[in-house]
Amino acid sequence: MIPAAFEYKRANSVDEALRLLGEHGEDAKLLAGGHSLIPMMKLRLAAPAMLIDIAGIPNLDQIDAASDPLTIGALTKHAKLAASDELQKKAPALWDAANDLGDPQVRNRGTIGGASAHGDPSADYPAVLQALDATFTLAGKNGTRELKAAEFFRGMFETALGANELLTKISFAAAPKSAYVKFHHPASHYAVVGVAVALTIDGGAIESARVAITGVGDVAFRAAGVEAALKGVKTNDADGLAAACAGAASGVQARSDTFASASYRTAMADVFAARAVAQAAAR
Amino acid sequence: MQIDLTVNGKRASLDVEPRLLLAHALRDSLNLTGTHIGCDTSSCGACTVLLDGVSVKSCTVFAVQAAGQEVTTIEGIGNADSLHAMQEAFWSSHGLQCGYCTTGMIVSAVDLLRRNPDPSDDEIRSGLEGNLCRCTGYENIVKSVRAAAKAMRDGTDRHSVRELMPLHPPAVDPPPSGEGIIPKQFQEANA
Repeated sequence: MIPAAFEYKRANSVDEALRLLGEHGEDAKLLAGGHSLIPMMKLRLAAPAMLIDIAGIPNLDQIDAASDPLTIGALTKHAKLAASDELQKKAPALWDAANDLGDPQVRNRGTIGGASAHGDPSADYPAVLQALDATFTLAGKNGTRELKAAEFFRGMFETALGANELLTKISFAAAPKSAYVKFHHPASHYAVVGVAVALTIDGGAIESARVAITGVGDVAFRAAGVEAALKGVKTNDADGLAAACAGAASGVQARSDTFASASYRTAMADVFAARAVAQAAAR
Repeated sequence: MQIDLTVNGKRASLDVEPRLLLAHALRDSLNLTGTHIGCDTSSCGACTVLLDGVSVKSCTVFAVQAAGQEVTTIEGIGNADSLHAMQEAFWSSHGLQCGYCTTGMIVSAVDLLRRNPDPSDDEIRSGLEGNLCRCTGYENIVKSVRAAAKAMRDGTDRHSVRELMPLHPPAVDPPPSGEGIIPKQFQEANA
């Protein structure tokens, strides 16, 4: 499959990328690992006139897990996240997602920033980054602005990233009791249903919970009902934890496709929420 | 546009359209047809090559993105005169049937052993998750990778199978039919 023709430029700094974006506006797309964009271009679902390759911008692919909050450069590849022992300790939900995403070749190429900016409704990071209550830093020609993950992910393939902005980093507080569990689509490895959970635990009971679900609706969402119901539940009370996860996707318009119906996705949201809570609590 | 890259240790200079995929550049411009295109949707892994030493699906990389980088295809992993341990293991452990997925499978397996020289069967399976095979059922592929890992660890990756089974007919004077491609001992067995 051959994509439509385009012009290609490499940007070697954030400023250069922003300048090129300013010149070419909505006709241009940023290219990092390309593992979200290139498949869409090959299907001609996307046909940008200009690609600005930002993969070579230095210092945007660092994991700073020693700082608080932890900071991840937008160009960090999934494989680097998946191999980070520090991340496994401090934010295992993100480590889970990076290890479970796509396959080795995809993880060697795709980036956390690219996958997030793509806004795929079945992607893993939108759930994980909402459960971690992550902050996104967006660079624009008038400086930078920060957005919470819940504000960043807006809809199907829609984010708050402006046409002239570049996502530079993602930061979040450590969440050692967190987990991400998903039901893979067997061919694409995207999430049919994926649930990310971050807990704090006090005296053997859940003190607070953030639960976010991807794959079910048009955009990943926080399951506020489950979060409230989990408060105070003992972590060794398996039935209690599962009961709190009932109706995880209630009120959400679930999607249907050839692989999973809306009602199946809705039912699996409860099941995978319970598994993710159990896994996070056990950490 | 003009790009320079290193392919299997040799400098290559290509004039490409930005939309040319790396898989097509390798096959059509450089005649390295060992890189196969299977699904063309970044699922099957037949097009796997090493880019700066790590496995990637060359159907999902533009050639221009690889400018200035080092590409290793199956032709750079080993050749008929000097097979890589992984190629020998796929041969001797029957890790292929039709062979279409094999080149990508071998490149991925080489990358896997670089990261993990002694993988368990589960680690081999998850390490080759990005490569699909529709013939073998994977059992012999896992066996092949296990055998190659052992040979590479033991330093015994140059076993005699290569000498017993010449792959190439001689360059001049093609042999009478039946010789050369089919190893002698098999011809005798079939006679």
